Amino acid sequence: MSAAAMTDSVPLLTVDDLVLDFRTRSGTVHVLDGISLTLERGEILGIVGESGSGKSVLAYAMMGLLDPAARVPRGGIRFAGRNMLTESERALAETRGREIAMIFQSPRTALNPIRRVGTQVQDVLLRHANVSKKEARTRAIEALARVRIPDPERRFDAYPFELSGGLCQRVMIAMAMACNPYLLIADEPTTGLDVTTQAVVMDLIRDQVRSANASVVLITHDLALAGEYCDRIAVIHAGHIVEIGSTEAMLDSPKHPYTARLIGATPGGHESIDDLASIPGSLPDLRRDLPPCRFIDRCDRKLDRCAVDPLPAVAIGADHLVRCWNPL
Amino acid sequence: MSAIMEAVRLVKRYPTGGGMLHAVDEVDLAIQPGESVGLVGESGCGKSTLVRLLGRLIEPTDGAIVFEGQDIAPVPLRRFVHDTARGRIQVVFQDPTESLNPTLTVFETVADPIRRLGTAGDRNALAAQVRKAIALVGLPPEMETRLPHQLSGGQRARVGIARAIALRPSLLILDEPTSALDVSVQAVILRLLADLRSELGMSYLFVSHDLNVVRLLCSRIVVMYLGKVVEEGPTEALFRDPRHPYTRALLASIPNPARRGQTPWRLEGSASSPIDPSPTVCRFYGRCPRQEDACAKTMPALRAVGSDGVHRAACHFAEETSA
Repeated sequence: MSAAAMTDSVPLLTVDDLVLDFRTRSGTVHVLDGISLTLERGEILGIVGESGSGKSVLAYAMMGLLDPAARVPRGGIRFAGRNMLTESERALAETRGREIAMIFQSPRTALNPIRRVGTQVQDVLLRHANVSKKEARTRAIEALARVRIPDPERRFDAYPFELSGGLCQRVMIAMAMACNPYLLIADEPTTGLDVTTQAVVMDLIRDQVRSANASVVLITHDLALAGEYCDRIAVIHAGHIVEIGSTEAMLDSPKHPYTARLIGATPGGHESIDDLASIPGSLPDLRRDLPPCRFIDRCDRKLDRCAVDPLPAVAIGADHLVRCWNPL
Repeated sequence: MSAIMEAVRLVKRYPTGGGMLHAVDEVDLAIQPGESVGLVGESGCGKSTLVRLLGRLIEPTDGAIVFEGQDIAPVPLRRFVHDTARGRIQVVFQDPTESLNPTLTVFETVADPIRRLGTAGDRNALAAQVRKAIALVGLPPEMETRLPHQLSGGQRARVGIARAIALRPSLLILDEPTSALDVSVQAVILRLLADLRSELGMSYLFVSHDLNVVRLLCSRIVVMYLGKVVEEGPTEALFRDPRHPYTRALLASIPNPARRGQTPWRLEGSASSPIDPSPTVCRFYGRCPRQEDACAKTMPALRAVGSDGVHRAACHFAEETSA
């Protein structure tokens, strides 16, 4: 346990001006550009964006998981006092699972199909918690009980295929929370689940991390879901965080045209289908030379300077930042 | 006004090693001309089976499917594929990437149902019909030579819709048509669907897990649970005053920023087994917050609640309005 994680004055996680490229055969893909954000202890941060916006790459980078093709020409990620991009693989392996844990989109694929689910929770404890096998089993069953899996002692011996998608995701949460991590990264944790199961799983994630005073980065494409469960929301578009702020500020008075459009395009609260706004265009090709603002081709508020001047960071309030020359 | 499509005590059972799986169990459902009906329920509740039955893609075990005044349930599948009714009921499938033939161009994809089922015309007539459908869904004409992999997700969704409306069906069945799309694209496709319906005068059966989407597109909602219709009614009545506890749970689960920090009653666990379910026990028994002895003794029938007669629910306590 590092000292930084214990104090409240230093953010748990800091991403500072992160630039991340992928080198591919068809050229360099500018996946993330100038990403800066902080995450406090106990906070739930939502990262919301369309597919291809870079939100999952960012989540993986926070765990120090980089694709072999990835390059980081600038910026860094600090978690609990360590630099996640330069740390040795061995040190990272210690951090992951113990201090940062992740839950993935499709729990059935993320779990090992030929091992019993209880054993998989137990593995995490044996690897990280320095406990005996017997103790690990007891704690694994406790972990399964905490995520309210009915009859945890019997379910310990179940294989993933014997459990529903919702139960598999609970096992994933039990695994992730087994060692009381400081940070939980949840990458679209409820995609593919029924809306009723989604609600149960999201309640569970929120309640688990709240009681452990852990933090969450929730990656999602669903602004309404982020709105219900997150303290703060960052909207990401084509590798830029275009706006970040408290959930209330983001939803009640969005400042970036893209955030406003996303809200307008998300069904819910609209009187008629005619009120549902669309977002023109699509994400730009990230292999091209891009203008400073990557939203420019989809924007109806663009100014001449948007194509020339580097993106500004305009502070709206104490905790609300928009990267736009002509905010709403 | 007589219904364009009416399912009468429709049943689909599948034999399994452990008994009969009741996928669709005595479902009554009527769709009026020009009406847009939403069908919601969790995965495994039988809504996809119902869609396949109504689209006559699978054989029903029992019951009638009356389409435009004719019972099409007894028509064997092999004969139905050449039936004129086949072209009048069309389905738009869930994932446009999976449901398009990767080797067919946009033109060929849309031409396929016309060749199979349309009125025999010459090449020019066919081409004109295909181009009309492509134009209706808002695809530019130069797209017609493209293959699916050369299209964006939104464009693929449009191709799937163009193929379905090429024969001018009177009933369009949409099985989660936008679930694979980003919200920005989803909004465009939903508006296109709304426009097409009024332009072409089609009826919709719209299957979705997203109740907000259903609310925008449908005037009436049917809620299924474990093979049964448990509630149906006008969209606004159902949203304002749901009578079945399952519907209440569904509505309470819609992500809503206004509910941040709250935990309303949640539906836990999973549905009981669809294999040989007891005919005298409410299907929701065991998961219901209300369950009483009556629920384990008699299966509640779908009956009118309220005065309008169109809002119906299958619960012994449906008269009690939600708090």
